[in-house]
Amino acid sequence: MVNPETLIICEHCDCVYEKVALAKHQKTLCVRCGGVLQRFNGLSVEQRLALTFTAAMLWLFANFYPVMSISLQGLKNSATLWDSVLALSQGPITFIAMVAAIAIIIAPAFQLVLLVWVLSFAMRSQRAPGFKVCMRWLETLRPWSMLEVCLLGAMVAVFKLAGLLDVLPGIGLFALAALSLMMIRIAGRDIRDLWDIL
Amino acid sequence: MKRPPTATELNVCLCHSCGLACDMTDEPHECPRCDAPLHRRKTNSMARTWAYMLAALAFYVPANLLPVMNTTMLGNGADSTIMSGVLEFWEAGAWDIALIIFIASIAVPGIKFVALTLLLVTVQRDSDWARKERSKLYRFVELIGYWSMLDVLVVALVAALVKFQALGDIEPRPGILFFGLVVVFTMLAAMSFDPRMIWRNAPDDADLNRAEPATTPATDGAVPDPTGA
Repeated sequence: MVNPETLIICEHCDCVYEKVALAKHQKTLCVRCGGVLQRFNGLSVEQRLALTFTAAMLWLFANFYPVMSISLQGLKNSATLWDSVLALSQGPITFIAMVAAIAIIIAPAFQLVLLVWVLSFAMRSQRAPGFKVCMRWLETLRPWSMLEVCLLGAMVAVFKLAGLLDVLPGIGLFALAALSLMMIRIAGRDIRDLWDIL
Repeated sequence: MKRPPTATELNVCLCHSCGLACDMTDEPHECPRCDAPLHRRKTNSMARTWAYMLAALAFYVPANLLPVMNTTMLGNGADSTIMSGVLEFWEAGAWDIALIIFIASIAVPGIKFVALTLLLVTVQRDSDWARKERSKLYRFVELIGYWSMLDVLVVALVAALVKFQALGDIEPRPGILFFGLVVVFTMLAAMSFDPRMIWRNAPDDADLNRAEPATTPATDGAVPDPTGA
């Protein structure tokens, strides 16, 4: 039987293909169901690690600087991501605060920590201690990391409040915007390529 | 041209965690590469998808009927539901924002319920109808999954900002909890569904008149480098 390492299985219809090398902007599609099998991954380990450090800095900015501030008749107030999680935590609805905390703070933070850990060892062509567990967690966390939704939410909130009072976007909002775009690039599915190269 | 061989025919199994094609000759329970549990099909996929979806549907009712936030301005308090928030933007002339909230909060969960029910029912009937399109539909459901979280995050941010006691105060209300549960449960439902069931008992696609050899996937864009193929 053929070497399983060179096979690729369509997760949508179970068809089996042989892996092909892709050039820039190319992707392979399943001929039966049309699902994407492989996508070109243009990031080297070094580049991905560098972007991860940048994203980690942005995460700090997004979390420690207010996302926006408002003023009403001389009174000022600002809110960070953590403040908005706390705002949900009062009363009987605490559960949703936990979901929000995971979606916009904890999951991205974990993703970044795991990426730094795995990639810094990958730089030296080594598997990090706990590589298997880290890689599995990166897969599990991905659907629950919702920074891009949070970004759209922050923008909707700006418009929602702009009618009532003065709204000023903060450093946190810009950091959030950059961070959410970078997470899509660095924590995407193509991180699985590490299995093949290490 | 015949379709490519399936994993079952080759006695291999896809690892959902690392993507390895695992040899199933010895019936391993774990992926040899990443140790994740290995299943030829997601376990109890139909029952779990139905259960999560019906739970989400039950939460969808209070999510839309109960107020999601309370706005107090200069002593006058008012509860607002998701729909009243949309209408407020619409009447204020901000039709674009109204549309974004409407799509994310009301249309997306609605589409997910309809799409998942359609997928479940057709799979249960072993339907031969539009398999490829149903695969696409499933991928679409997966893609739009978490965008309904939008309203939860908007309410959180707004409630965190507007805290001026008597002058103005915004507080979250229980509707937002149910709303968040709808999102979480529809996401779990979509994750439990196994799209490979759509292709169960598919006839050997006679309409698949492609020139590629059976084991070469269709390439989008230019022809791949022959040395790498």
